[in-house]
Amino acid sequence: MPTAQIEKKPRKTSGSPYPLWFFLPAGVIYGVLFLVPTFASLYFSLTRWNLFNSTFIGFENFLSFVQEPFLIKGLINTVIFAVSTALLKTIIGLALGILLTSNIRMRGLLRTIAFFPILVSTIGIGITFAVMMHPTRGIINVSLELIGIDGPGWLTDPTLALYSVAFVEVWRGVGLASVIFIAGLVSIPRDYYEAARIDGATKWQQFKRITLPLVQPATATVMILSFVYGLRSFELIWTMTKGGPGFSSDVIASVIYKQYQAGFYGLSTAGNVILFILIAVMVMPLVAYFNRREVDL
Amino acid sequence: MKQLRPAILGCITLVVFCVIFVVPFFFIALQAVKDRQGSSLLNFSWPSETQLWQNLVDVVQARDYQLLLAYFNSTVITVFSVTGLVIFAAMVGYVLQRRPSKWNKYVNFAVLAGLMIPPAVVPTIWLLQQIGLFKTIHGMILIEIAYNLSFSILLYRAFIATVPRDLDEAARIDGAKPLQLFFRVILPLLKPVTVTNIVVQSIAIFNDFTNPLYYLPGKDNVTVQLTLYNFQSQFSTQYHLLFMNILLVTIPPLIVFIFFNKQIVEGMTAGAVKG
Repeated sequence: MPTAQIEKKPRKTSGSPYPLWFFLPAGVIYGVLFLVPTFASLYFSLTRWNLFNSTFIGFENFLSFVQEPFLIKGLINTVIFAVSTALLKTIIGLALGILLTSNIRMRGLLRTIAFFPILVSTIGIGITFAVMMHPTRGIINVSLELIGIDGPGWLTDPTLALYSVAFVEVWRGVGLASVIFIAGLVSIPRDYYEAARIDGATKWQQFKRITLPLVQPATATVMILSFVYGLRSFELIWTMTKGGPGFSSDVIASVIYKQYQAGFYGLSTAGNVILFILIAVMVMPLVAYFNRREVDL
Repeated sequence: MKQLRPAILGCITLVVFCVIFVVPFFFIALQAVKDRQGSSLLNFSWPSETQLWQNLVDVVQARDYQLLLAYFNSTVITVFSVTGLVIFAAMVGYVLQRRPSKWNKYVNFAVLAGLMIPPAVVPTIWLLQQIGLFKTIHGMILIEIAYNLSFSILLYRAFIATVPRDLDEAARIDGAKPLQLFFRVILPLLKPVTVTNIVVQSIAIFNDFTNPLYYLPGKDNVTVQLTLYNFQSQFSTQYHLLFMNILLVTIPPLIVFIFFNKQIVEGMTAGAVKG
């Protein structure tokens, strides 16, 4: 009796129980507010533009990005910032992950402490660290002075400013990285380590031959996430240095904002397109590499 | 000795973690209760005079109670955009997971693109002006939905895969139409992942600075993160008020974190690993 009902009812009331129009509300919002501007940016990046009328000028905007020294600087800084934060987050995150999955006491509390900064507003963190990195009165340099070290101007030295911000970014994001690693580490079967121990493998061998290959998916996630995040990074740099001193810590995202403020909308949009290309060019090979490695296992 | 080692290691790690991760927050709280002169020293000395209440009142009253307006605006933006996100992303994730169709590969691509591609700022402003949504709260809400959809869809799609299809069948036999099936049967079953979504997204949107900076200028539209940014220039000699402001802006996410820290950690890692 019930089978007869299955045959009849749903067919008559409507087509599929999973109607495609469920995509519609999300699709419209995403399409209009994200896709349309993204495609429009491809055109507007080739123009001189003041929001009301635009003049087509070909690749002039892109040329300035490779010719103007302060724009090139932004381009290079973006790559430095993304690579250094992604590498440090991965290495420190893995180390913390291993520490926090060992039989250490107070694991839960420690994880919570490390994770917390990711939830605090980036602006608040930026302001706080900018104050702590004050060259003469900031607590970092005051503490260094106590042990006899003359601390540098973390944010006022042009050669150092970008790295100081990168350090804060690592501080902020390493908790999330280690939590991702913990999720990967606990899924490695304990027997593998036991078998390796019986065969006389050292701790280092166990790490190299078991942990590292098997935690690979987590490594890929952390790397790719932090890399994309680093390339797009704006809030921390803007609150801590505003790209300064001079242009020494400018990144593409801050150049986009500066050019927007100055009214060079075409140039600003070209910055967006370059950032998009940069992400595509640098992240795609990373994704492909990790996918290939995973098949090898 | 064997039992002692993990304990000692734990204690050492705890101390190191406290210095690295907790000191900055302690610093914020300490500066926030100092008076103007005390905080201008920027150091860790114990405040000679604590004036928590006075600083609180000063910050709230600054610029015609701008902070209260900002709290109101941020709350409105967060509540409405998270509501929209939850419903729309669940609908997409549900059909995406349940029904193989030729649209799926486009939707999946759009989800990935949404995670990776930085939004094109000025063209978006231009578009918002064309449709009359620039500098409006509802425009901001729609932007937050558009930018955060991808992450929510990933969370929902992964979770819906664990909901047995038999339930759909049973509801259909009882004569449920697609909308009823989704809202009355499926959505209630998604509660755990919905909680994760609400918590993670509301923190992200409440803490968002870049998007309001671009799409919501003007002093009637301030959000909490923008007040912080505005106060940074105004209060450069009044650190006690600046840090009081940071403290006030940090409290809502802190409370959410205390109650939902399991969901937050789960949600962020699940979304990340599946992405």
